[in-house]
Amino acid sequence: MDAIAKATRQPVRMRGRSYVAFTFCPVVPIAGWLEEVDATLARSPGFFVGKPVVLDLSAVDLSQSAIAHLVASLEQRNIRVLGIEGVDASQVTTSMPPLLTGGRHCVLTQNEPKKPEAKPKLTSLLVESPVRSGQSVVFAEGDVTVLGSVGSGAEIVAGGSIHIYGTLRGRAMAGVNGNAAARIYCHRIEAELLAIDGYYQTAEEISATLRDRPAQAWLQGDIMRITPLI
Amino acid sequence: MAKVLVVTSGKGGVGKTTSTAALGAALAQMGETVVVVDFDVGLRNLDLIMGAERRVVFDLINVVQGVAKLSQALIRDKRLENLWLLPASQTRDKDALTDEGVGSIIADLRTKFDWVLCDSPAGIERGAMLAMRYADEAVIVTNPEVSSVRDSDRIIGMLDSKTVKAERGERVEKHVLITRYDQARASRGEMLSIEDILEILATPLLGIIPESQDVLRASNVGSPVTLNDAASAPARAYTDAARRLMGETVTMTVPLARKSFMNRLLGRRAA
Repeated sequence: MDAIAKATRQPVRMRGRSYVAFTFCPVVPIAGWLEEVDATLARSPGFFVGKPVVLDLSAVDLSQSAIAHLVASLEQRNIRVLGIEGVDASQVTTSMPPLLTGGRHCVLTQNEPKKPEAKPKLTSLLVESPVRSGQSVVFAEGDVTVLGSVGSGAEIVAGGSIHIYGTLRGRAMAGVNGNAAARIYCHRIEAELLAIDGYYQTAEEISATLRDRPAQAWLQGDIMRITPLI
Repeated sequence: MAKVLVVTSGKGGVGKTTSTAALGAALAQMGETVVVVDFDVGLRNLDLIMGAERRVVFDLINVVQGVAKLSQALIRDKRLENLWLLPASQTRDKDALTDEGVGSIIADLRTKFDWVLCDSPAGIERGAMLAMRYADEAVIVTNPEVSSVRDSDRIIGMLDSKTVKAERGERVEKHVLITRYDQARASRGEMLSIEDILEILATPLLGIIPESQDVLRASNVGSPVTLNDAASAPARAYTDAARRLMGETVTMTVPLARKSFMNRLLGRRAA
């Protein structure tokens, strides 16, 4: 009764499947066309990675070596060509991607990577910790606000004004991009150096009567004024 | 949970090594297992202050380079059995320290001790950077004078940016320890006041160690000041600081050196 199952030779199963491929239609000059490909890649790098790409050469008349060169050039850009169409079968060697026929046109929906929405450019920088000796805060785009103190040997460089809610013991340079209207405000002034738009005063020149009190520095023409705030 | 604490200052000669030894011994006296690690490669001193200089065989660099095992390099204190020293090499320089090597040693020490106290070299170069690199807490030793305070400010900035904790977005807990404080000179305005120092550094105070001959006397005999004469003013101040490190609340006082009776009678020689 024992039935030994005979190994039956099954035919290799094959299924049909269709894919949507990008079709490149190079135009002469090829070098110029490659530059356009480069420009596309620069905008969205990796756009063609892992996507099937077919080369439609019907619009150009290329020799066998020119086709090989074009395929190699695309491969250099990480674009792998799946197949070639629109050329005579004799033009394609075995080392090249296979010749394809019977392609149908379809609409490609290109979903380009969305560009991150341009945030409104920051015009001020808030520093919540004390700025320690040796540290440098540079913000050329606008104002700098420091909630703590600025230590001796630290520096704040701002394109706009500088606001310090602690003691300013270091250097403060405001309006570095030629903004003469910038000002420096601090809760207590023991600054080593104050500068606005390139005009500066060192600690020695700052009047002793201003020390240890809230003060502001501003430019009146080419004279730096340092006045008490309260 | 082991704590890695770096004793640092930026400026040299302010009392980092003395403080490391004194705090380490004080913590050990409170029953904690403590290792003090000398990071001052090439200019080691902690072994002298701990009185272990004649027992150094292997050192930190040997362990970093895999020449010796950690257990071979650790020296047990003769007075306190739960106090250990990992000495630095005197013949090498700071370039012999590697980030990975220090990291693995610190990780190893964490498994064996309650407290790992790293005695940082002066400066802001490689040795000092690696000493603070893996720290959970920092004691910034500061003298009441402007140059020391400014250097401390710079070091605090680095603790907030160059340590592993800072790079992970966490905070290294920082304490200021004011050493060589002279009440009389401060009240005469010859020194920065405590308030000024704390205002500039914006960091909590761990303790105030008075200027005292006891410190020098202790280091000359190779003993942490807290072990040499526990009743002396600096020893009491260090012990208070160590208790604060343990999380106790201790009122902040400036311990004064008790003058002996004869001293009080014959305090000053007339001209």
